Amino acid sequence: MSTADGDLLHTVDADNISDDRRRLGRLLHWGAVALMAGLFLVQALYESGTISFGFETWRPVLAGYILWAIALCISRVMIYGEQGKKSLFVLPAALFVISMVVFPLVFALWISFSDWNLASLTGRKFNGLDNVRQMASDPFYWNALYNMVLYTLVILVEYAIAFGLALLLNAEIRGRKFWRVTFLLPLMLSPVAVSWMIGKSMLEIRFGPISRFVRWLGWENPSFFSSPELAKFMVMAMDAWTFIPFMMIMILAGLQAMPKEVLEAAEVDGATPWQRFWEVTFPLMLPVSITAVMIRIIFKLKLADIIINVTSGGPGGATDSVTSFIFREYRDRSNVGYGTLLAIVYLIIIVIFMTILLKLSDRIVRRVTGAG
Amino acid sequence: MAQVTTDDYDRRQRMRWWSMRVVLYGLLIIWAIICLFPIFWTLTTSFKVARNVMQGDILPWIEFTPKWLGWRSLGLSPDTIANISTVREEFLKRFFNSAVISVSASALAVMLGSLAAYGLSRFSYRFGFMRNSDISFFFLSQLILPPVVLALPFLVLYKELALLDTRIGMIAIYTLMVLPIVIWIMRDQFASVPVELEEAALVDGLSVWGAFMRIVMPLVLPGMVAAFILALVLCWNEYFFAALLTATDAKTLPVMIASQTGSQGINWWSMAALSAAGILPLVFIGVLLEKHIIKGMTAGAVK
Repeated sequence: MSTADGDLLHTVDADNISDDRRRLGRLLHWGAVALMAGLFLVQALYESGTISFGFETWRPVLAGYILWAIALCISRVMIYGEQGKKSLFVLPAALFVISMVVFPLVFALWISFSDWNLASLTGRKFNGLDNVRQMASDPFYWNALYNMVLYTLVILVEYAIAFGLALLLNAEIRGRKFWRVTFLLPLMLSPVAVSWMIGKSMLEIRFGPISRFVRWLGWENPSFFSSPELAKFMVMAMDAWTFIPFMMIMILAGLQAMPKEVLEAAEVDGATPWQRFWEVTFPLMLPVSITAVMIRIIFKLKLADIIINVTSGGPGGATDSVTSFIFREYRDRSNVGYGTLLAIVYLIIIVIFMTILLKLSDRIVRRVTGAG
Repeated sequence: MAQVTTDDYDRRQRMRWWSMRVVLYGLLIIWAIICLFPIFWTLTTSFKVARNVMQGDILPWIEFTPKWLGWRSLGLSPDTIANISTVREEFLKRFFNSAVISVSASALAVMLGSLAAYGLSRFSYRFGFMRNSDISFFFLSQLILPPVVLALPFLVLYKELALLDTRIGMIAIYTLMVLPIVIWIMRDQFASVPVELEEAALVDGLSVWGAFMRIVMPLVLPGMVAAFILALVLCWNEYFFAALLTATDAKTLPVMIASQTGSQGINWWSMAALSAAGILPLVFIGVLLEKHIIKGMTAGAVK
């Protein structure tokens, strides 16, 4: 990685890097590469049974990788001087992410076309497109994907509530800090604790306070998780409870940053509050709203904790999200191959969906705000 | 048409104002109850005995007398705190695991993320075909990566690397998980620091890194604190990876709470005490550091 011209922060480099120093830097780098490759080769051969000596685990190879990463950073400075020091800002994070994401993703592709039961001793077996075929005829997976669509659509309702709450907090009220902290609290709580607090305890059929309340309202035998629709709704509600504050805070920040003059001008022009909201506030808030909804969608697509802990997918897989389904699939059969394939298909769908969504939202913002 | 006197108009306006107030505060109170009741319920349940749970008593001292039952089963009540308790040992171990893992992961993410965000906001890099905007996108795009995609490969890799059920392994994963968020926040922070400050520092003879450490860092410290706290909350609450990748040694608090709920015949008071102990640190963080959390969440979203 090298820095090019056009830095925002210009530096005058008066480096005098001797050839010896350059050579030493290259030597260090390639030495580390050789060490890492050597360790990898030895371990790979040992695992495949070609040679008899090796390490118990792959850990030494990891150590080799870390050594190489450090050597790479040092050699940058040795070879390129000041320019090399600049690359040190991004290099650690980049190396970290590449090793933790890109490598496992490639590895995931490799195992997704295999039958690999971690519990059995047979190890990995390549099985071609068997997993794809199994996926195509797996009603539970498609049901989970369909559920994700529903769960994502609910964000619109959450957004409406969050907007309403943000408007409330932005009104002239006493003790704004108290209300803001109170409204923020659900976001702080871990989904696992929430699933126990609400899902298991407050919704308990016999003596949970919510069950008592609905019984008092006249529903004789409340059972929140026996019918698929109601169970789905409860999962949505619990997830909304935790995450509405997130959108609320972002929208509130947007409302507070909004220029007051515009609203005052609309008021002088005789616009009703209803008009003022739809014609002025809402369009001005659109960019912030879209950011909030986007981040919310990203978090929603990871939804699993509550489902795993409250319904564990039930009744009959009706509440499963993709993540919780794969989690259970692994728990029940400890087959990593099939689960990984499902996850990768999910990732592909997400990437396509998010790309379309980003393009679409970009266009909407442009049209509404009138900016070219 | 009846003529509306100013007096009449005045009164109507005032009526309208008052009814608006009532509606406004009514809605605020309703939502505050929705937010607070589950927390209140958990806290009070941890002080109930079986009979109170069955009757569904809500108000302490009025409907039921608080007892230390739940906390005693955790070994955390006043009369058992001095005794040796295996449950408390277990709980403290999980609590400590959670604390170590989330603090280290957040610190590491803030360090790596701040450096990367600073570099990307000040210098232009070329890495193969990738330019600055591509590198930024590469980092931020990690956000949409669902954890489930990485979970099973990590399971296999960690097994091979003997990192399964270790704190270091969990720290690495959590760092990865919060890194894009930290970069997202810090990028915004560095953009608000005028580049002239560093130019002046360079003229005064500081190196690029010296200028970053001595001039820029103190300026963006509040932003770094905000990013750290947000990362801390996310790591503390994480369940999915912890459930898959830990078993005994590195098990975190959420996994412990979750594993208790599965057992038959739930012990209401002790579960409530456990949940309460798990959420209380975050309730405190939420109340005391609310400003930082809000700052972290809104960075980059509101221009």
